[in-house]
Amino acid sequence: MSTPPPPFSGPPDNLPRLELTGITKRYPSVVANDGIHLKVGPGEIHAVLGENGAGKSTLMKIIYGAVQADAGQIQWNGREVVIANPSEARRLGIGMVFQHFSLFETLSVVENIALALDEPFDLKGLAARVKEVSTRYGLPLDPDRLVYSLSVGERQRVEIVRCLLQEPQLLILDEPTSVLTPQAVQKLFETLRRLASEGVSILYISHKLHEIQSLCHSATVMRGGKVTGTATPSRETPASLARMMIGRELPVCEVPAFTGEAAPVLTVRGLSHTPDDPFGTALKDIALEVRRGEILGIAGISGNGQAELLAALSGETTGPANTVVLAGTPVGHLDAGRRRKRGLTFVPEERLGRGAVPPMSLADNATLSAHGHGLVKKGFLRPKAAWEFAKTCIERFDVRCGGPGAAARSLSGGNLQKFIVGREIMQQPIAMVVAQPTWGVDVGAAAFLRQTLIDLSRSGVAILVISEELEELFEICDRIAVLAEGRLSEAVPKQQTNAEKIGMQMSGLFSDTHGTDREPAHAAA
Amino acid sequence: MIEHLIPVLAGTLAAATPLIFAGLGELVAERTGVINLGVEGMMLIGAVAGFAAAAHSDGGALAGLPAGAVAGMLAALIFAILSLSMAANQAACGLALTIFGIGLSAFIGQHYVSYSLPGLPPLDIPGLSEIPVIGRILFHQDAVTYLGLVTFVGVWWVLRKTRLGLVLKAVGEAPDAAHAIGYPVIAIRYGATLFGGAMAGIAGAYLSTVYTPLWVQNMVAGRGWIAIALVVFAAWNPTRLLLGAWLFGGVTILQFHAQGLGIALPVQFLAALPYLATVVVLVLISRDKRLLQLNLPASLGKPWMP
Repeated sequence: MSTPPPPFSGPPDNLPRLELTGITKRYPSVVANDGIHLKVGPGEIHAVLGENGAGKSTLMKIIYGAVQADAGQIQWNGREVVIANPSEARRLGIGMVFQHFSLFETLSVVENIALALDEPFDLKGLAARVKEVSTRYGLPLDPDRLVYSLSVGERQRVEIVRCLLQEPQLLILDEPTSVLTPQAVQKLFETLRRLASEGVSILYISHKLHEIQSLCHSATVMRGGKVTGTATPSRETPASLARMMIGRELPVCEVPAFTGEAAPVLTVRGLSHTPDDPFGTALKDIALEVRRGEILGIAGISGNGQAELLAALSGETTGPANTVVLAGTPVGHLDAGRRRKRGLTFVPEERLGRGAVPPMSLADNATLSAHGHGLVKKGFLRPKAAWEFAKTCIERFDVRCGGPGAAARSLSGGNLQKFIVGREIMQQPIAMVVAQPTWGVDVGAAAFLRQTLIDLSRSGVAILVISEELEELFEICDRIAVLAEGRLSEAVPKQQTNAEKIGMQMSGLFSDTHGTDREPAHAAA
Repeated sequence: MIEHLIPVLAGTLAAATPLIFAGLGELVAERTGVINLGVEGMMLIGAVAGFAAAAHSDGGALAGLPAGAVAGMLAALIFAILSLSMAANQAACGLALTIFGIGLSAFIGQHYVSYSLPGLPPLDIPGLSEIPVIGRILFHQDAVTYLGLVTFVGVWWVLRKTRLGLVLKAVGEAPDAAHAIGYPVIAIRYGATLFGGAMAGIAGAYLSTVYTPLWVQNMVAGRGWIAIALVVFAAWNPTRLLLGAWLFGGVTILQFHAQGLGIALPVQFLAALPYLATVVVLVLISRDKRLLQLNLPASLGKPWMP
């Protein structure tokens, strides 16, 4: 990630390709963009840096015509324009690669691309062009594959190729690397540099500082809907960029050593499961072991069996009793409630809908999973106990909300996650499974959650964390395994591995087979 | 033996025609993510409008079918305004439309009870209708039955081969994504819903002016529900829908003949047989969950607003 940015090829005194002046967008509860100024030249890779909720995505949607600004001007190649809708943006030469892909699962690659092009309908001719363009830019694609069968990285290629076929002058990428392996990120950067050298301007939205430093020529930093600064990333340090982004220093976690006895608590052996969902991933012979006082991290890109593994661990799907063992007791055949009774608690990836019922109050949501802890007596609810439980949770875990009566959906992502994690911790588990603990959570809440998990593990709880954020796993975990294509690699102490090795495994290549054999290693797990 | 089979098979095609029209219309609407449970109601409204138009003009069935189409489309428009523009629950709107259709057709139809129309004579396709056996089955039908098959080919071709078909599917699959790349999701859903209404209206008008050209209250008799079931069990595939419609038509005709031959089964059971047979066979066919999930329009029945 230390490659310096290539020399900026376009003449810098040229007319800017895109210039925004005073862009403002108000929503009923929040000013998403407040007088934003932004200038991008031809061939420039320009970063838009900011936390979740800083207003980056809204700004990009305004440029792409998906949202209309309340005030401000957009100048395109020196001419003032009103971009009324995405097809108009495309006609101007603006292409966008979305953070959550805008692809159609049951259509083929070429059909997906045809839908976005304003040209005569000729799938065969288009397929040939897709092949040609995708090879030229090092983004290999099979035009006839159905999108649901593609990996996340391949889907992103479809989106990029779709934009490239429209010969854009400006390409917007919204958090493009959140779904990529470190190797794929490097490949993507090569493609982007090549496009920039051909004169394409690129708006690169991210909150990952090192990526911006290695790729971008210039950066606009946003916080709370406002521009807080512009910078040349290569002349900044991650700390100085972070200060501009979050207004203070990046918080760091403390990871003390565990002093107790590291006995296995949660053991999985020979777990295989083929889901009913045709879009799901089959789990193949998973084996893992989580010990007292440690955090085991499972790296890998979502869609490689993460959802299925979580369901199998939590008890949403059940199987043979011996595949999941909790503190010596086989629980593989037990449902989620029975596993919970035996001391296994869970934090699912979807906070709203799985982790909490959106319209219900925090107290009621507490009752749903902590009912075994005095909140229900002889089948009758004890609202006072639930209220107290939720209140304690809110105080202990610094949940900012309107109190135990607040509806779950009224909380921000970070605060709801703190409540859910807190609720699970208060059930005094012996083992806990957490999926994407800090996804979509602001930096402060993320640091709090990470420290909470570390402290919990050091108190003797076995914790399993499934996450897409490699940096997070390296920060909080003791050992890391990789889940790729439904197979789990052997867990390795984090000191003995690095992002590059993990990245290789994320592409399904497990290290001890020298990258040639795709069979996983789990004999000694 | 052949002599007995010819009228059965020929009758099958005619009996399947209303299901083909209504089913194809609903299939197109569902492809875009709109589930309209008002098919039965739209068919009844189409039936009574078609009957009235045929009874009060010289055009007969030829006036009845367009009138049915327009009436069905207007009924679908009510549904579309509620469920698409106002994002009301589609199931509730559809059920309300069916109940409304039953009531409205009975109210208007009370003047026509037992009134009969001339119907539509079979149309022989020159040359082809003289082929032995096959000619009398396939090419000795009323014009609307041919029109139904032509509509089937048209819908199949559009869905399979054209950009429009792809857009319809895309809108049903992921309206957000379709909106993001610039397709007018609501307008496309309106179009598909109105097409569904027109097709249901034609199906109803065919029943009242051609198939049994005599007004009987509630004469659609659940065929709208069968059409909806056919669409789902056919996994949103027009060819399977056609086969399902023929199956229903075939059993309908067979049980008529069975009644005529005095087979010792209760008439009520025989009358229920086509519905029973269709549902059972289609459930068996569609036990392939994968097939259903792959073809199910992912946004089916979910209100969507830009």
